Amino acid sequence: MKAIEARSITKKYGDVIAVNEVSLNVEDGGIYGLIGPDGAGKTTLIRILTSLLYPESGSAMVLGLDPVREYKKLRKLIGYMPGKFSLYQDLSVEENLQLFASLHNTTIKENYHLIRDIYSQIEPFRKRKAGALSGGMKQKLALSCAMIHKPEILFLDEPTTGVDPVSRKEFWEMLKNLNEDGLTILVSTPYMDEARQCHTIGLMQHGKIMAVDSPENVTTMFKKDLFEIKGQDKYKLLKSIREYQGTDTVYSFGSSLHYTDRSGDFQPRHLEKYLEKQGIAVVIEKISPTVEDTFMALMR
Amino acid sequence: MKRFLAFVRKEFYHILRDHRTLLILVGMPVVQILLFGYAITNEISNAPIAILDHSNDEITALIKKKILTSDYFVLSSNLSAENEIEDIFKDGITKMAVVFEPNFSETLEKTNNAQIQFIADASDPNTANTLVNYAQAIVADFMSRRVNGGMPYMIEIRSRMVYNPELKGVYYFVPGTIVILLMLVSAMMTSISIAREKEIGTMEVLLASPMNPSGIILAKVIPYLLLSFVVSGIILTLGKFVFGVPIIGSLPLLLGVTILFIILALTLGILISTVVDTQQAALLISLMGLMLPTILLSGFIFPVENMPRILQVLANLVPARWFIIVLKAIMLKGASIGIIWKEIVILCLFIMVFTGASIKKFKVRLE
Repeated sequence: MKAIEARSITKKYGDVIAVNEVSLNVEDGGIYGLIGPDGAGKTTLIRILTSLLYPESGSAMVLGLDPVREYKKLRKLIGYMPGKFSLYQDLSVEENLQLFASLHNTTIKENYHLIRDIYSQIEPFRKRKAGALSGGMKQKLALSCAMIHKPEILFLDEPTTGVDPVSRKEFWEMLKNLNEDGLTILVSTPYMDEARQCHTIGLMQHGKIMAVDSPENVTTMFKKDLFEIKGQDKYKLLKSIREYQGTDTVYSFGSSLHYTDRSGDFQPRHLEKYLEKQGIAVVIEKISPTVEDTFMALMR
Repeated sequence: MKRFLAFVRKEFYHILRDHRTLLILVGMPVVQILLFGYAITNEISNAPIAILDHSNDEITALIKKKILTSDYFVLSSNLSAENEIEDIFKDGITKMAVVFEPNFSETLEKTNNAQIQFIADASDPNTANTLVNYAQAIVADFMSRRVNGGMPYMIEIRSRMVYNPELKGVYYFVPGTIVILLMLVSAMMTSISIAREKEIGTMEVLLASPMNPSGIILAKVIPYLLLSFVVSGIILTLGKFVFGVPIIGSLPLLLGVTILFIILALTLGILISTVVDTQQAALLISLMGLMLPTILLSGFIFPVENMPRILQVLANLVPARWFIIVLKAIMLKGASIGIIWKEIVILCLFIMVFTGASIKKFKVRLE
C-alpha cells in the first residue's frame, strides 16, 4: 500500500502557481524528502496533504483517505510539525506536551515509549517555558508533540531550518529511529545534504517536482562529467574559469569549484594550462555528482 | 470532555501568566469608575462669579446673599463698571457675572419688573448653561418668596428629578463603564487571543489535529466569560458601596442580562477573529469598530435622541445601546423583565446574527 498517492495537484494564490500539477507517491514505511529552495511550493504541498488547504485541482489519498472529504478521519492519524515553531511559548515544556496529548485523547504516560529517545533529552527542562528553549530543544519538543498520539504518518515542514548542525544531525537520527519502528515520514528541507538520509527524494522547484528517485539514483540524471577544481584564490579562479571558452557551468562548492565542460571529452590539462598562464595553480579531479549538483543541473 | 477541559486550562494559563494584561483588565475598571465618580463630573459647585451692582440697595443685597450662600457660587470679585466684565473673564477663573440695573428696588416696586443680567463664559457651553440655570432658579425662588398679595399671577414651576434626584453623574457612568469594560474584555481580548494563535502558527497545528474547531473557540471564550463576569461584579460593587449607586431591580435579572451581553460581546470577538489574521488587525478592528461606536453611539455619553437622524438609525445597530437601556432600567428604575423584554429580545437577535456569521466565516482550513 502507498501511504500517499497524489495525482496532478495544482494550487494557485491569485496569479502565482504555488504547486503545479504535482504527482507523488510515498511508500508505506518510507522517508520521502521534498528538496527545494524557499518558494518552491513545499509548504503548500504539505498543507494540501495534511488537509489544511484545498487543492485547486487534482486529487490525493493519504493513508487511503481523501484530505478534502475525509479530513476529520485523517487528522486523527497524522502527525504534523509546521515550519514555524508553533508551540505555546508561555506554557512549560511539560504543559505543551500534555496539551497535545489530551488534544488527541491520550496521555504522556500512555505513549511515552514513542518519544522516550527524544523527550528524555529535554525532560530535565520540563518546567521551563517553551519560549525560553534553544532552537534545537524547541525542535525536539515540537517533534515530541507531533508524535505523542502515535501517528501513522509524520509530516515535517523544514524541521531543521534555523537549527545548528549538531542538533540537525541528532534530529535526523531521531527521524531514522522513528522510521525503523515503521513510521512513514514526509519531510521537506532546503538542505541538499539532508537528502542522503531519505529513501526517496523529490527535487522541487517552481511548484513542480522535477525528479524523483533514491538519493543514489537521482545523481544518475546528471549526464555530464563533473570535475572538482581546487586552487588558492577561489574568487579569482572562479572569474578566470568563467571566461574560459570551454566552460559550460562552474559553481562554487564549499572550498572548491565544480566544473562541467561544453565538450564531451574534456582534457583537464587544457584548462590547467589556461590557468597557469594567468598564474593560478590548480588541481583538477573527476568526481561523481552529488544531489546538489544534480539539482543545479536540473534547475537550468 | 477531558480534551475540552485541558484546553480551557490552557487558556487560563495564557491569561493568568500575562500579568500585565491581567492587571490592566482588572485595574482599569477600578480606575475608570473612581475617575468617573470623583473627577469627571458635570455637577458644579463653588463656581467663582463676579457681581456688578449698579444700585446697591436692600433687595440686591438680599439676592446677592441668596446667590452666594447657595453651594453653587462663590464671589470672586465685586465690579464697579461694565468694562471690567470682559477683563474678569479673561483670566478664565470667573465663570459668570451678575449685573443688577441701577435703582433696582425702586424699579421693582414701581413696575414690578426689574432686571438682572447673567453673563456667562460660554467657552465651556455646558458649564455656562448650568450656571445660568442655577442662578435663574435661585432668583425665581427668591422672588416667589418675596411677593405678596399684590401680584396678579404667580406661576410656580416645580421640577423633580426622578430616579436620580441629586443628578449624580456616577449613576449613569456605572452602567456605561460596565458596557465598555465588557466590550473590551470579551470582544477585544477574545479576538486578539484567537488571532494570536493564527499569528504564532499554533492554529495550524490545532487545525491539523482531531480537535473540533468549535471546541477550540468555545474553550477560548469560557475564561473570558468568567473574567468579564468578575469585572462587572467589581464595577457594580464599587458603584454601590463607594458611590451609592442603587440596584433597585432584581439582582439575578441584572446578572442574567449581564451574562447575555457578555455572550454577545464574545460572539462579536469571535466574528472579528474569523476575518483577521494578526493580533494587530484584531486590536484595530476592535478599537475602531467596537469601542468607538460603543462610547459615542450607545447613549453612554451623548444622548441618542439629540443625534442627527442618520446617527440615530446607526445607533440602533450598536448592541451596547440596548444593554445600557436595560442596565439603567434595572438598576435605577427597578424594571422587571416584563418591561425590558423587548431590549432583551434585540440582544438575543444580535447574538444569533453574530454566531451565524461566525459559523459561516469560520474555516476548518487555513484559507
